[in-house]
Amino acid sequence: MAAISRDEVAHLARLSRLAVTERELDQFAGQLDVILQAVARVGEVAADDIPPTSHSVPLTNVYRDDVVQPCLTQAEALSGAPDQAEGRFRVPRILDEED
Amino acid sequence: MTYEDAVATYEPVIGLETHVELGTNTKMFCGCPTDFGAEPNTQVCPVCLGLPGSLPVANRAGIEATIRIGLALNCDIAEWCRMARKNYFYPDMPKNFQISQYDEPLCTDGYVDVDVDGETVRIGIERVHLEEDTGKTLHVGGATGRIHGATESLVDYNRAGIPLVEIVTKPVPGTGDRAPEVARAYVTELRDIIRSLGVSDVRMEQGSLRCDVNTSLNRPGEEWGTRTETKNVNSLRSVERAVRSEIVRQAALLDGGGKIVQETRHFSEDTGDTRPGRSKETATDYRYFPEPDLVPIAPDPAWVAELRAALPERPSAKRARLREQWGISETDMQSVANAGAVELIEETIAAGAPAAGARKWWLGELARRANETGVELADVGATPAQVAALQRLVDDGKLTDKLARAVLEGVVAGEGDPTEVMAARGLEVVSDTAARAAAVDEAIAANPDIAAKVRDGKVAAAGALVGAVMKSTRGQADAKTVRELILSRLGQ
Amino acid sequence: MTDLTRMSAVELAGLIKRGEASAVEVATAHLDRIEAVDDRVHAFLHVDREGALRKAADVDKSDKSGPLAGVPIAVKDVIATKGVPTTAASKILEGWRPPYDATIVERLKRAGLVTLGKTNMDEFAMGSSTEYSAYGPTNNPWDLRRIPGGSGGGSAAAIAAYEAPLAIGTDTGGSIRQPGAVTGTVGAKPTYGGTSRYGLIAFSSSLDTPGPCARTVEDAALLHSVIAGHDPRDSTSIPQPVPDVVGAARRGAGGDLSGVQLGLVREFAGDGSEPGVQAAFRDALEALVKLGAEVVEVSCPHFAYALPAYYLIAPSECSSNLARFDGVRYGLRVGDDGTRSLEDVMSLTREAGFGPEVKRRIILGTYALSSGYYDAYYGQAQKVRTLITRDFQAAFDKADVLVSPTTPFVAFPFGSRTSDPYQMYLADLFTIPTNLYGGPAISVPAGLSDGLPVGFQVMAPTMADDRMYRVAAALESVVGTLTPPAL
Ligand SMILES: [Mg+2]
Ligand SMILES: [Zn+2]
Repeated sequence: MAAISRDEVAHLARLSRLAVTERELDQFAGQLDVILQAVARVGEVAADDIPPTSHSVPLTNVYRDDVVQPCLTQAEALSGAPDQAEGRFRVPRILDEED
Repeated sequence: MTYEDAVATYEPVIGLETHVELGTNTKMFCGCPTDFGAEPNTQVCPVCLGLPGSLPVANRAGIEATIRIGLALNCDIAEWCRMARKNYFYPDMPKNFQISQYDEPLCTDGYVDVDVDGETVRIGIERVHLEEDTGKTLHVGGATGRIHGATESLVDYNRAGIPLVEIVTKPVPGTGDRAPEVARAYVTELRDIIRSLGVSDVRMEQGSLRCDVNTSLNRPGEEWGTRTETKNVNSLRSVERAVRSEIVRQAALLDGGGKIVQETRHFSEDTGDTRPGRSKETATDYRYFPEPDLVPIAPDPAWVAELRAALPERPSAKRARLREQWGISETDMQSVANAGAVELIEETIAAGAPAAGARKWWLGELARRANETGVELADVGATPAQVAALQRLVDDGKLTDKLARAVLEGVVAGEGDPTEVMAARGLEVVSDTAARAAAVDEAIAANPDIAAKVRDGKVAAAGALVGAVMKSTRGQADAKTVRELILSRLGQ
Repeated sequence: MTDLTRMSAVELAGLIKRGEASAVEVATAHLDRIEAVDDRVHAFLHVDREGALRKAADVDKSDKSGPLAGVPIAVKDVIATKGVPTTAASKILEGWRPPYDATIVERLKRAGLVTLGKTNMDEFAMGSSTEYSAYGPTNNPWDLRRIPGGSGGGSAAAIAAYEAPLAIGTDTGGSIRQPGAVTGTVGAKPTYGGTSRYGLIAFSSSLDTPGPCARTVEDAALLHSVIAGHDPRDSTSIPQPVPDVVGAARRGAGGDLSGVQLGLVREFAGDGSEPGVQAAFRDALEALVKLGAEVVEVSCPHFAYALPAYYLIAPSECSSNLARFDGVRYGLRVGDDGTRSLEDVMSLTREAGFGPEVKRRIILGTYALSSGYYDAYYGQAQKVRTLITRDFQAAFDKADVLVSPTTPFVAFPFGSRTSDPYQMYLADLFTIPTNLYGGPAISVPAGLSDGLPVGFQVMAPTMADDRMYRVAAALESVVGTLTPPAL
């Protein structure tokens, strides 16, 4: 039985803002299934009482002082912008979540 | 469906989620300044713009402020916790994830007691956690800058990365028809506590304090209903109105056999009711996971103890104490607090003014000016010391109330301290008896028939003479003294 | 005068210090070499001739005290260089010029190194062959029809082809060591937190580690010492002094390893390695024993789960790290025709801007982090990570370092593993455990198998980077440096 379905892959692609093609969907579904079967092996390890490791460095409480540092200029900030107006980043209309 | 009918049939359960923008010098994870109203995208750097390769480093002041808020709300402070990434796509988030906290908040399980007409209601605090603010999006081409119907949007990231503290209450049942007042009282108390900590200017109109209100209804004895979350509640008054209107809306819906859907709604200041809003909040799976670019937070217990010991007096306790000292009613104290005048009056009294006088100026003349010019009372232009000095001049009889108001006007206009203004504007009461006597004799001589009437005992007629004297002294004489003088001169 | 491009960084620095060659001459020689051979090798995505010559001229005018002053270097294109194109070999960042320098780049500049340009890689460092570069693969100087390893194939190939004596790589699952192995060069992954990630375009934040690539162990150690050390702009940077890696390399070059315990990981024995690789590894091991080292067998039972854990953790973090590439603030934007919504434009941009492997990993990571699957996948992988760390700690109680082949197979022909992604993942079988643990590891040439280089991996405890340099230098003193056939 497949670990992941074509529909799931389509849903995940939407969630990750990827307008994948039908061809890609077929391809990825198959490949991700193989990969998932393989990585699912982590489940074989008995680890209920084992703490997870999110960071390999044993550091805590790394802070900076509340002191202002130089900023980029507006021009530098916008230098890479695909589109801009009035000193701001211009984007197409955002889907109206209110409808 | 009226509100009364609604609360007669249903019991509301409310919950509040408050976001407070901290007043740190710099953002939470970079050294950019946090000043309000700067030119767009001038307070940004690779980190808060989310440029590839940039990394966050936590601002100690942000951590400290969050812990102090937690302590002031009687919370437990985590011994060890992590920041987490909240993943969703939105253009006001430079990285398309928000650095926030998930199942390991910095502060948990506290409470705050609020007073609702004399009765104390305890509001449980579920959690207090730290996160980063988003940028600001300007919607162009639509009606009134709303996202609806806009043709494009413009994004400014100056606000992105400013530390935000999210304070979530436990559900508050059992407040019945007073739910809206309780909600308002809670936010007011929260605002006062945070202001007393000095960690934020908590100005709702500037968005440094933002409120979401959860409301659900259930019939007595039944289990709690489905809750809605009302966003965009931007004033204390709105908090009350939002709960009230949501109670009415839900009650009407339920009475009509309808179902409440769990959703996010938006409060409209103008209509005073709520409309359906973003589905985003409930719809997506945020895929939280520990922020790998930041190491865990493990506050040193000794440090936390220090912060606890250094907490300021609770605003409510302080109000009670001052109310005693000033000998005023709870309602009077409320209006003092609402006007944000507690400290100002306290300092004015410390500067030597009697309580009544201090209160009179701050709540009267100065409060009115603050409203007119739309500034906080503290920024109105007069200092407690100046107000105290003004009151002293009145008490010494150097100024009448009317003159004092004129002097205060000068003080607020920046013309200097009361004595200077009084001199510069020549507003001193004419207390030199010779001058006053001369003015009185003049008036008597100029109005023989009136004077005769007074001599004959028609004391009331003296008013005309008083008027004449006040006129000739340009109102700088004290009417009461003048009247007495006239009467004595005319053998009364 | 002898060919400057054949010299080690140490030799070049010496010439420049003594005034026997100018930094400009050295830079020019390498830029000319790039011009001559890079159309066949394609190690570079961007060559900054002007910038390099300007910097070299500055060095000639100023102090040359630094150990690598005036020495040319190639920088992997995943590292931000102010004003110089930085694409991570992705279409989505085509033409982006960062407004800032990575900490490592700042340190290279301060030390007087001369950056020649940016090297090719698998897109966003996801791959083991550079076949996933959006700008075409890099060819292995040993056999242009074969892969140079990845993700840092460009940096390794540039060194092997004498286009640069030094390069910067980044290692998330083996991206410095495996290319080093298959190109016959030296590649070191420092302790995680030992080198700053500030300015390194993140693939998997808890694993990414920048490090040195060179033709000799001593050169690698010198570069390591220049770029390593605490950086307050990286919260995960370790605030401790850098181990004396240069001293250790020089000591090891003396060829005495008496008393050094080499841990042989039982679970790696024969595990999927080609016979030629196993043979070269065994010979190298014998050579080290002759130098006085002792071999002890250690058991790391959870290494068998390292690859699965890695392919849950890395894609999960990458799905979040790469979310920022949405066509709003920088880089590519596709489909903004005035009618489409932002959501559609974002999706079209990411679809067009990312290659297939990046998409696969984003989708895989999004899946592994989804609420329903988090515990079974990401959460469980984090626990396995803890167990792998414990395996290392137990092994280092018995041995000073652990040794293994760097990668199970020599450079493979293009296209032989792209159809089945998991086959490609196996290239990192021996390198991945170290990344999950966070310790340092180095790949040094062990010899040849059918005329192709085989790498020998030395793994050390965290912040004991010096140990691996000592052992690697000792092996180098026996095997020598490998010279590919002339191009
Ligand atoms: Mg929040
Ligand atoms: Zn910033």
